[in-house]
Amino acid sequence: MSMMELHVEGIGLWSPRLGDFAALRALLAGEAPAVAAAPVAALLPANERRRAPASVRLAVEVAGQALAMGGYDPTALACVFASAHGDQVITDEICTTLARAPTELSPTRFHHSVHNAPAGYWTIATGCRAPSSAVCAGAYTFGAALLEAATQALAERRPVLLVCSDIAGRGPLLEMTGCDHAFGCALLLTPGAGVNALARLRLRVADDAAAPTPIPVALTGEAAGNPCTAALPLLALLATRGGACRVGCAAATDLLVDVEALA
Amino acid sequence: MIPLAVSASTVSSALGCGLAAQFTALRQGRGGLRRNDFGSAPQLGWIGRVDGVEAVALPGALADWDCRNNRLAWLGLQQDGFLERVHAVRERHGARRVALLLGTSTASIGATEEAYRRLDAEGRFPADLRRPALHAPHSLGAFVAAALALQGPCLTISTACSSSAKVFASAARLLAAGLADAAVVGGVDSLCDNVLFGFNALELVSPAACRPFDADRDGISIGEAAGFALLERIDAAPRAPRLLGYGEASDAWHMSSPHPDGHGAELALDAALARAGIDATQVDYVNLHGTASRANDAMEAALVARRFPATTRVSSTKGCTGHTLGAAGIVEATIALQAIEHGFVPGNVGAATPDPACGAQFAWQGEQRRVDVALSNSFGFGGNNACLVFGRAP
Repeated sequence: MSMMELHVEGIGLWSPRLGDFAALRALLAGEAPAVAAAPVAALLPANERRRAPASVRLAVEVAGQALAMGGYDPTALACVFASAHGDQVITDEICTTLARAPTELSPTRFHHSVHNAPAGYWTIATGCRAPSSAVCAGAYTFGAALLEAATQALAERRPVLLVCSDIAGRGPLLEMTGCDHAFGCALLLTPGAGVNALARLRLRVADDAAAPTPIPVALTGEAAGNPCTAALPLLALLATRGGACRVGCAAATDLLVDVEALA
Repeated sequence: MIPLAVSASTVSSALGCGLAAQFTALRQGRGGLRRNDFGSAPQLGWIGRVDGVEAVALPGALADWDCRNNRLAWLGLQQDGFLERVHAVRERHGARRVALLLGTSTASIGATEEAYRRLDAEGRFPADLRRPALHAPHSLGAFVAAALALQGPCLTISTACSSSAKVFASAARLLAAGLADAAVVGGVDSLCDNVLFGFNALELVSPAACRPFDADRDGISIGEAAGFALLERIDAAPRAPRLLGYGEASDAWHMSSPHPDGHGAELALDAALARAGIDATQVDYVNLHGTASRANDAMEAALVARRFPATTRVSSTKGCTGHTLGAAGIVEATIALQAIEHGFVPGNVGAATPDPACGAQFAWQGEQRRVDVALSNSFGFGGNNACLVFGRAP
């Protein structure tokens, strides 16, 4: 089975309790992390930031954090934006409008509803002309997107920014998604080790599917409901001393990830 | 890149179910659009509707996946012996070694819309639609994985109208990394209120059948379609047509209109030609994105004029199928493959008065001619561009 070797050169993270990767490190070191502010998405121009839906602000916030750590030129940085549910708030609003008065659907709501709205906003804000994508895979969204980003980084020998985020749902849809709190993370993955390399990842596809690596007890509050928190075991290894974890990437396929800390 | 064999394909759209129905219509220059007879009043514009979707019954084991989009997917999988081809590949390589990558723009949001129209007294989804997997954008990928009994890597790509072109690129990378021996790629999008009223709100829907590259074009006609292809290494199907290259790029311009200079589209074209190891003069046919929106067609006509010689023939086929959104990439990939197989360049149906910006490359009528290399352009909202290169087996 093929082994894929990659490096992590930037990490972004946001949850209602943890505002960035440093806060995760602090929490896992037994310290009380600083209280997280709402996602700022500082890379968006101020007027865009006001207009942008919550899903875009969350994705751009964590993407911006990872970009800042890695120090790559965003105009040439390929990106993969993953989200299991897309913007649930907009889906709720659109479906409510369509049920009552379909001709009143707002054009802005509609173009914000596309799954690649975060990728669109990101590429526009950063001047990125590189390939960008928007993907999902249900409960396996993080693992499948990690595989997509990893194969792109390796096949094309270029850094790839992986972003995985879901906001909290609302309305009748929430009972279906069960996703009642926001979580987002980003990994800047590179095929070779740059000066800012934080860790080396070795990925391989397991020939079975088993229970994923449990989420550290300190993070169980983050984990419930939001599919993107499937990234937490890997993020926890990146925040501590490294190690191995198993991440589901399809219903019957897992990724085995070895994390070797470099910094 | 190392070329891959496209060892099987299939398509179902307003032109009919299966490759033969599509080719017959293209050969005749016949469109499949009709006055909008779908969804809630008022009826907006013309649409490309697939006949018979409502009558499709999913097998009992897949009943929980029932919705229009998955019925259309199932209908599409039945055509051209595609299911049998996938089963054979699964037997040969094992279910874990066959990847599945599908594009869709709205997946089964039609079912979510219906649930909101029929909320119960407590404001909850009606009991028959309380099926969480249906109300998620991965509904299509998860359904098809179950329908094909595939257990390999599985991903839904949702970059609006480039979705089911980009699946070819992702599949090629998975195969290159040795993580799969074959990949099922494709896409399905179905008619729903969200896109009909959404594009109407953006004032992008034509009141009549769309007219790509017409001087007086006034917007798109939305369609629905399902299409699939099987990608394998060349030794598995040495005579099959090939995926020679792919290119992907972003506009960095605007959420709902393309860069007027076509920067992202041209970057995708350049990347695709470079991966295929060819230059523009070697391209025999380009199936254009050609949506019949003012902005797209102006940008794309200029791109064709500055990049291709008159010996390269180009056309949009959206006047036949409508704009099938997340399925457009796979529909037009099958048209590019048929151009190679049959030596036939489909005409640009719908344009009565060609836009003067269009050069001598445009095939306004169908043309019988040998096609060895065919491209397909797909450009999506958010400035998301893809270009695929297909070629005849030498």
